[in-house]
Amino acid sequence: MHPAPSVILFTVLSGLGFGFLALLGLGALPVSGWGAFTCWGLGYALAVAGLLASTFHLGHPERAWRAFSQWRSSWLSREGVSAVLTLLVLAPMALSDWLDLGFGRWIGVLGAGLCAVTVLSTAMIYTQLRSVPRWNHWLTPVTFLCFAATGAAILAVRLPWAYGLCAVLALVLLAGWRVGDGAFARAGQTIGSATGLDRLGRAEIFEPAHTAGNYLLREMIYVVGRRHVAKLRVIALVFACILPVALLAALPVHLASVLATAAHLLGAFAARWLFFAEAEHVVGLYYGKR
Amino acid sequence: MTTLPQTTGKKLGLVIDLDTCVGCQACVTACKGWNDQDQGRVKGLSDQDPYGAAPSGTFLNRVHSYQVTPETGPAQIVTFPRSCLHCEDAPCVTVCPTGASFKRAEDGIVLVNEDACIGCGLCAWACPYGAREMDAAQGVMKKCTLCVDRIYNDHLPEEDREPACVRTCPTGARHFGDFADPDSAVSRLSADRGGYALMPDLKTKPVNRYLPPRKKGAAQAAPLAPLLEIRASGFAGWLDRVLGKI
Repeated sequence: MHPAPSVILFTVLSGLGFGFLALLGLGALPVSGWGAFTCWGLGYALAVAGLLASTFHLGHPERAWRAFSQWRSSWLSREGVSAVLTLLVLAPMALSDWLDLGFGRWIGVLGAGLCAVTVLSTAMIYTQLRSVPRWNHWLTPVTFLCFAATGAAILAVRLPWAYGLCAVLALVLLAGWRVGDGAFARAGQTIGSATGLDRLGRAEIFEPAHTAGNYLLREMIYVVGRRHVAKLRVIALVFACILPVALLAALPVHLASVLATAAHLLGAFAARWLFFAEAEHVVGLYYGKR
Repeated sequence: MTTLPQTTGKKLGLVIDLDTCVGCQACVTACKGWNDQDQGRVKGLSDQDPYGAAPSGTFLNRVHSYQVTPETGPAQIVTFPRSCLHCEDAPCVTVCPTGASFKRAEDGIVLVNEDACIGCGLCAWACPYGAREMDAAQGVMKKCTLCVDRIYNDHLPEEDREPACVRTCPTGARHFGDFADPDSAVSRLSADRGGYALMPDLKTKPVNRYLPPRKKGAAQAAPLAPLLEIRASGFAGWLDRVLGKI
């Protein structure tokens, strides 16, 4: 699948943003006054930046408001609705922390739950697609949720939670790659089942349906990133999971927060790039390409 | 509304006969020709750099060609038109966040309301069959409409009230009709000829059916094989025998 930069930015930044907002909502990072303002502001900025980035790849961004309407059937719509709902529900908690209004923590806990629902909805946009076997697995939402939790724990320097989550994320990433590498074959679709010609014999491409490119080839059959899969996986693991642990252990809190988060984000971008670039759509079978 | 209708009154769709299709691309051209007409706010199917070095364009129908090699006997070429199958459980409809993508309760046609389409592309990702293409100029999703503007069009002569691809097919490889009626021509044709759905495991329940090429008519051996058995006679035969002995 084509790894659109806007979608990578959206899923990574809003994932980190909602993870951090959930952490603040739960009161896991005790903040008050202008410290609270900065932290909550950062969480909101990340979440909103991600959501805005997601509109960049739309053919008609001015109609994006319509995407709030189909929450009964569409995970993409649910993602939009839950994101906005989360930001609204958490607003009083943020004000309370900033201005010391003393509102009940239950608001933050509710908001944290909605953060999880939002990240889950983002992941389900991809998980639901039977046409992309690599994504069509429960490890996809687990990976997205792990990234949100780990990023938040690193940003807030919650030790030893950050160490543990980095380890869990590493294991989830490794499991996802291992399971994902065999997903297309396990889904069992071949050029024979795609065309139904397996009832006659072994089907192969004779000549392409068109000599020039088209939307399908550009969007679904993206092979550039796959050449460097092994290197990118190492980069993702080292930057998202291993380097943050070392930085958090070695550096003073504020410096550790900035540098470990930067490293983690770099790793997250690499992992998310791979998430798209490695995913193969069954439509490629019609073209004899994956 | 992007929830799917529980049932549809009709199940309109196509039967595509792979035995008869010769891969002439007339259906591709007729489809593009009919659907490329601007109709009010709905624009046609744009092309990018059509006469340049890297032409690309929006099509609702593409004809592939495959070589199929059976267990025994020679390979054969099968030309294979690919377009929207108007699935009963259309994943392209339920993923749509805006309600632009919908399946009609009355006849089962899957359509896009282009005024509500935000061009996110998720429906094209959800379709296993590559039936949807984003129009690069308009930023909205395009797909086969079963020529909904022909089949109910009283201004057209009766014989033209079928999809452009069906109307134009010179070999009669494409048939249009209602699969909800077990006695319709398409239902009977599909039943008689072993019509099948594409990738049924993906649970999309396609309406369109493909008819496999008939077994009869396939060459029993490689067409050039008899030439290996030629026995020369007369002078050539004498020469053959003499040269064989040297």
